[in-house]
Amino acid sequence: MRYLPLTPADRAEMLGVIGADTVDDLFVDVPAEARLSGPIEGLPAHASEMAVERHMSALAAKNLSAGTAPFFIGAGAYRHHVPASVDHLIQRGEFLTAYTPYQPEIAQGTLQVLFEFQTQVARLFGTDIANASMYDGSTACWEAILMAARVTRKDRAVLSSGLHPHYAEVVRTMAKFTEDDIVSLKPELVAEADDAAVIAAIDDKTSCVVVQYPDVMGRIPDLAAIADAAHAKGALLVAVVTEPVALGMIEAPGALGADIVVGEGQSIGVGLQFGGPYLGLFGCREKFVRQMPGRLCGQTVDAEGKRGFVLTLSTREQHIRREKATSNICTNSGLCALAFSIHLTLLGGEGLAQLAAVNHDKAQTLIERLAKVPGVTVLNDAYFNEATLVLPRDAREVVRELADRKVLGGVSLGRLFPEDIDLHNGLLVTATETVTDEDIETFARELEGVLA
Amino acid sequence: MNAVNASGWRPQMGEAGEGAGFKTASGDYGLMLEEALSFELGSSEKCGVDLDKPSRPAAAGLSKFLRKSAPALPGLTEPETVRHYTRLSRQNYAIDLGPFPLGSCTMKHNPRLNEKMARLPGFADVHPLQPQKTVEGALEVIEQLADWLITLTGMASVAMSPKAGAHGELCGLLCIRAALDARGEKRDVVLVPESAHGTNPATAAFAGFKVQSIPATPEGRVDVEALKAKLGPNVAGVMITNPNTCGLFEPEMKAIGDAVHAAGGYVYCDGANFNAIVGKVRPGDLGVDAMHINLHKTFSTPHGGGGPGAGPVVLSEALAPFAPLPFVSRGDDGRVHLVEEENAGEGHAQAFGRMVAFHGQMGMFTRALTYILSHGADGLRQVAEDAVLNANYVLRSCEDLLPAPFAKSGPCMHEALFSDAGLAEGFSTLDIAKGLIDEGFHPMTVYFPLVVKGAMLVEPTETESKAGLDRFIGSLRSLAQRAKDGDQSLHSAPHFAPRRRLDETLAARKPVLVWQGTPGEPATPSLSEFGGS
Repeated sequence: MRYLPLTPADRAEMLGVIGADTVDDLFVDVPAEARLSGPIEGLPAHASEMAVERHMSALAAKNLSAGTAPFFIGAGAYRHHVPASVDHLIQRGEFLTAYTPYQPEIAQGTLQVLFEFQTQVARLFGTDIANASMYDGSTACWEAILMAARVTRKDRAVLSSGLHPHYAEVVRTMAKFTEDDIVSLKPELVAEADDAAVIAAIDDKTSCVVVQYPDVMGRIPDLAAIADAAHAKGALLVAVVTEPVALGMIEAPGALGADIVVGEGQSIGVGLQFGGPYLGLFGCREKFVRQMPGRLCGQTVDAEGKRGFVLTLSTREQHIRREKATSNICTNSGLCALAFSIHLTLLGGEGLAQLAAVNHDKAQTLIERLAKVPGVTVLNDAYFNEATLVLPRDAREVVRELADRKVLGGVSLGRLFPEDIDLHNGLLVTATETVTDEDIETFARELEGVLA
Repeated sequence: MNAVNASGWRPQMGEAGEGAGFKTASGDYGLMLEEALSFELGSSEKCGVDLDKPSRPAAAGLSKFLRKSAPALPGLTEPETVRHYTRLSRQNYAIDLGPFPLGSCTMKHNPRLNEKMARLPGFADVHPLQPQKTVEGALEVIEQLADWLITLTGMASVAMSPKAGAHGELCGLLCIRAALDARGEKRDVVLVPESAHGTNPATAAFAGFKVQSIPATPEGRVDVEALKAKLGPNVAGVMITNPNTCGLFEPEMKAIGDAVHAAGGYVYCDGANFNAIVGKVRPGDLGVDAMHINLHKTFSTPHGGGGPGAGPVVLSEALAPFAPLPFVSRGDDGRVHLVEEENAGEGHAQAFGRMVAFHGQMGMFTRALTYILSHGADGLRQVAEDAVLNANYVLRSCEDLLPAPFAKSGPCMHEALFSDAGLAEGFSTLDIAKGLIDEGFHPMTVYFPLVVKGAMLVEPTETESKAGLDRFIGSLRSLAQRAKDGDQSLHSAPHFAPRRRLDETLAARKPVLVWQGTPGEPATPSLSEFGGS
């Protein structure tokens, strides 16, 4: 077997050193009835690299990959161009095959990257600080709600109806078990985000309001107004960003008064990958630092006075505090954080702003063109790179029919909100810099055909 | 392969030898390269990507939301970026450089075929919300991996979406909560052995349970009698790590399971150490109700400097109905379907909810499946055997110098546990660990498990050669001897790493978590300091 270096002679010699006759003698603690005498039945034997590649390639070929069809899907995961150097650098063995940097003297590469990453996220979000990553946006969102409860000592969270329904479902699932009180507002097919309903739902018991920016229908809430209303009642504003490229163009949530900003970092540096691994981003005010979940990298000096970095404030974490930890998270998304950080370094602040402007430009072209398709109306007053269309019939069928015509034409609100029948004619469409004018024309033509 | 330096390391090397005190102008020393922060190197108008120009200004509707200036983020061109990260990478130790014997962490070789397969556009460039008929191959990957995991563990079902081990633990405990709710029972205590990973009690608390600790026996096993004494109508279940964190199999696992079940509770098994028994033992035969599998441990997906992981949870018949959405299932038509909120229907009414957006760590699934297919049932069995053989070889090769508290009770599984008892006054595990860095190795897991004083948990894994192990053993023995002899130079180790010991107290007392300098501040000495202009 190509991954196993021991030879039969090695094994025999080592057994001699150990003083065992056979390797099975080393499994003596396993009750005999639980020990299998040979390879598990019904499973194939080992295979060559070539054979495995053939098997996996055949499975991959059954999928319609985004790069091979006009592609307009977003809704929390975005297809952006990732420069070739990003994937090259994250495959450096020193990054790819390192562990969590618990031995800082020989992990300064990872640690400095995390320190740079934390600074990038904080600046992008407009928060004082940020952590070294969470699993993904949805789990970061739940952790933010828990943290808001610890900070405010209240446990009623208000979820905007513009929060990605998967995120809301994660929150409701977890809250069922922790018995936190979650108020979910009902989504409606209207032009503006539900700021007024969010503000009206805040009361003295509210720990936080959770508002996605831009929201899941592409609308943009007025975070400053919501922050003021939340703060007046002693609640925190948790802003959720699922498309961080938008922050190259629209104001950072922290600058608008958000106390905690969480998000999905996949959009920068990390591919679509059918949903994972992704990258949870988590930023907040500095005064909350000891309530934060997850790992933090901090600057310090070594015994010779040289600047260096370590994981710090670990008294918040499970390996020290056990059941009193702020979270149970251990492994996070280190390599995705590296990819994010490299891509953002390649872009720089002005590059990100330009990338955002190109996205918005493409989206305007797309929306203006689709608005001309008979039967289609545009819901949003404002949008960044995705917006909601209202179709004359259930968008789920339309999406499937478009796929038959080899167009990946957005996400139906019926798939996202199966229980809200009023939303089922809604279609969320997205355009990034990867979309061409021909793609848009093809989409418009096929949509016209499907709706005819 | 270098011969073992039996005389050990000479402390005067590099300190008082030729060239000591020499300072270079650059701050670099040959291939020992220093690297400034990107914030000190770049500027926000620099860019390493050629972007199109937008053809028009922002839409009027967006005007009130626009930011006033670009984010203050440093940019670098591509050559500068490649150099920055490549130089940083050289300050890391990694499996690709040598043994990484972190007990409980399972740092085995990461096959590159896995990376290649995960990057096939049919997997890497597919959106989670594409129509199902455009992603049937991706769903089949999940289903095939799920099938292997079920068969290898002898369990009824598997929840694939958890993002890492601790997230898998949470999934398992929530299944238990949901099953208890379905029975109309309120049980709020979870029993956790004191030797458990920190994630176990943290997860139990996160899931709303109270944690009660179970002591270990002098032989490093769960105290079964103490456990049985705690069982009762308030106990939801136990969390047992098997093989446990002392590197030992829990021989009473079945009896523990029977007792817990008889008392109405469930058995959660922390599967972090499944790599020791994969293909040899099926946890389902031992009465386990739920167990997470760290794909980044047993099935070789890369750790990436702290993730991403993946933590599918295998479930018994009793817990299977409560598995969270989404999941995949093969229909009567032979095709694999994705079951999520939209189509869960009455058939999956007991699913406890959703743990993540989308479907889990697909990129890890493709890697793990590639690894599993490469090994096959026979190869996986060999993986467990070689991992256990390597650990026992280290154990027996070092136990005369480093006490192995549980070695008398028989062989270990995939990791060898030593203690620092018997070193010279003032010497401890930390000195051995930092000394290993100078020897060119990553240290073992230190001070864990908590049940052993100055614990050193060595997990070589099956991907180390005998020659590689012999080198490591030579270094470990040399260090143990030096620590017994009171070699003071060990206290200041490492001497040859990119950094000396770092001041962790300072980092925690005055946390500096983001760069606080001014953009454009010189990171390296200016030319004028050296007579340039």
